[in-house]
Amino acid sequence: MKNIEVPALARVEGEGALYIRLKDGSIAEVELNIYEPPRFFEGFLQDRYFQEVPDITARICGICPVAYQMSSVQALESALGVQISAQTRALRRLLYCAEYIESHALHIYLLQGPDLLGHESALTLAEVAPDVVKNALRLKKVGNDLLKAIGGRSVHPVNTCVGGFYRWPDLKNIQDQIPGLEWALQASLDTVRFASGLKYPDFEMDYEFVALTRPDEYAIYDGDILSSTGNRITTNEFENSYIETHVRHSNALHSHTSANETYFVGPLARLNLNYEMLRPVARKAVEESGLQLPLKNPFKNLLARAIELVEVCDAAIELAKSYSPEGPSFAPITVKEGQGAGASEAPRGLLYHRYIVDEQGMIRFAKITPPTAQNFAQMEADLWKYAPSVINLPHEEATLACEHLVRSYDPCISCATHFLKLNIDRD
Amino acid sequence: MSKPTVAVYKFSSCDGCQLSILNLEDELLDLVGAVEIAYFLEARRRELPGPYDIGIVEGSVTTPHEAERIQEVRKQCRFLIALGTCATAGGIQALRNFTKVDDLALKVYAHPEYLHTLEQCTPISEHVKVDLEIWGCPVNKYQVLEVVAALLHNRKPNLPTHSVCLDCKRKGTICVEVSQGTLCLGPITRTGCGVLCPSNGRGCYGCFGPAPSAEYATLANFYVKMEHFPGETVRLMRNFAGYAPKFRETVDAILKQGGLE
Repeated sequence: MKNIEVPALARVEGEGALYIRLKDGSIAEVELNIYEPPRFFEGFLQDRYFQEVPDITARICGICPVAYQMSSVQALESALGVQISAQTRALRRLLYCAEYIESHALHIYLLQGPDLLGHESALTLAEVAPDVVKNALRLKKVGNDLLKAIGGRSVHPVNTCVGGFYRWPDLKNIQDQIPGLEWALQASLDTVRFASGLKYPDFEMDYEFVALTRPDEYAIYDGDILSSTGNRITTNEFENSYIETHVRHSNALHSHTSANETYFVGPLARLNLNYEMLRPVARKAVEESGLQLPLKNPFKNLLARAIELVEVCDAAIELAKSYSPEGPSFAPITVKEGQGAGASEAPRGLLYHRYIVDEQGMIRFAKITPPTAQNFAQMEADLWKYAPSVINLPHEEATLACEHLVRSYDPCISCATHFLKLNIDRD
Repeated sequence: MSKPTVAVYKFSSCDGCQLSILNLEDELLDLVGAVEIAYFLEARRRELPGPYDIGIVEGSVTTPHEAERIQEVRKQCRFLIALGTCATAGGIQALRNFTKVDDLALKVYAHPEYLHTLEQCTPISEHVKVDLEIWGCPVNKYQVLEVVAALLHNRKPNLPTHSVCLDCKRKGTICVEVSQGTLCLGPITRTGCGVLCPSNGRGCYGCFGPAPSAEYATLANFYVKMEHFPGETVRLMRNFAGYAPKFRETVDAILKQGGLE
């Protein structure tokens, strides 16, 4: 038996390990072991005042704090019966676009991209293709600048509250972002061309895709929950159809459908289910790239992210141009007992929250289902299928291939409960 | 002369402070030209063997494994920096220190017996000698750049420790406490954020931790009388930097006086 230990899997958000054990030349065990320490958010949210929640849940993830803020404020607004203004919804969508630009640019060029280009990181890529990396960083910066213009800072922005925003951002600050966004839209179209020209590992699975959906826009901020099986439910019904269990090898909870099947959330799911709702610019980019939907290759999450970059830059330009702050920036809230659920599409997939609030506005119960927890079981299932095709490659290549598969999901292990380590034991 | 080596480590955290390094979009490529990024898992797969000149640690210590690992990290790094409020004060997850971990685990996990976690969540300085602390949840990326630049030039980094309140006055930001009666930790919170919250019309929530020479008790006693909901002062201080000694002691004193929680 040859026991192989390789260094920690890099370029993911969080700490985990991957074990693939072989017996007689075939896969005996696949285990995605999450040793990101548990941080107990749902526990210490209890007995906090409802208005503290979006600031606290933001700290679940430094890469997608806006997603956590958006799902939590929607859940709490539902619990408290708060109606937000159209301007608040529009500004929240703009804030979300900003996070997508930052997070997708990071993932495409700094996290997954190097795998497809044969580099260990964007830092070595910068030595041979400095313009690619410079443009990637500039694109990421457009997102971060917009986050800052709305929320004060890009990581853990401070302006979101239950009911709306603490203050309307200055009109000029938002308008100043438009030239950057227009550049970013062109850079995103270039990114689609770049991503279409990459060679992806040949691998497909029959996934059940799950994502938010809306009849009038490409759903990110809110919507119903749609599955590729046809199951369409409201956010309030989420827990009937999607169930979390605690498995021994992981500090993250794993999710399955109520039929005990794995399912897939994230860019591929969104694009496959909501292609029709893309704005004309992004739809044209899909057509020009010649890609055939549905995409069933998880490595092509990168391609879906590139298309979403076009979508969010285009939408952000419109939202920024139509921004005209008027009236109060937050809706009045009458504190009362209640329960509510909220869901939004974090850059890496569906993010669900539910809270129970007491008559004093204190949180009595909190449930958070992050995208990566929903994808864990699917990632393991993928590895069962994918590993046999690469296991006979030289060890370093086999390892990289499996790591790449995991990275293509953009797992945010900090969210799900950091540090992936791959061991392949050969029997 | 070879470039100084830098290692970036993650402990229990949200990744936001490491991301703040990657968010130095205009400076990142120059930075990697000036130092050798020897170990930084979120950014690169390659690892160079230690020891390293500069170690940057994000996150707090919450598991037995982390408690062992930080000792190893200290041995590998000549100059050790604690990055962000998790590393300097335990961060948000240190809220567990005010309750029983078993209770929390039961609330979140069906099988708490599968978990390996410590009763207390602690800052890096409770385990090893820390050479420099950068506060913030998240850190201000320009403070990180200032520290690295200072180390490269062998000078002392300029990291002011006055309170946020003073910055508001300098900037001419309207005081949210005086004008709206909003509880604001600005008078007792360390500078660094650029007065984000008061600029957005809300009170400071103390994410840069306590300012070393502030009047905690005076402010707390004043705030307890103007709360909008019971226990507001305690909750405000017992938050992202709630385990920092100054905030902790202030809250303990309030609770002792009136059992307000």
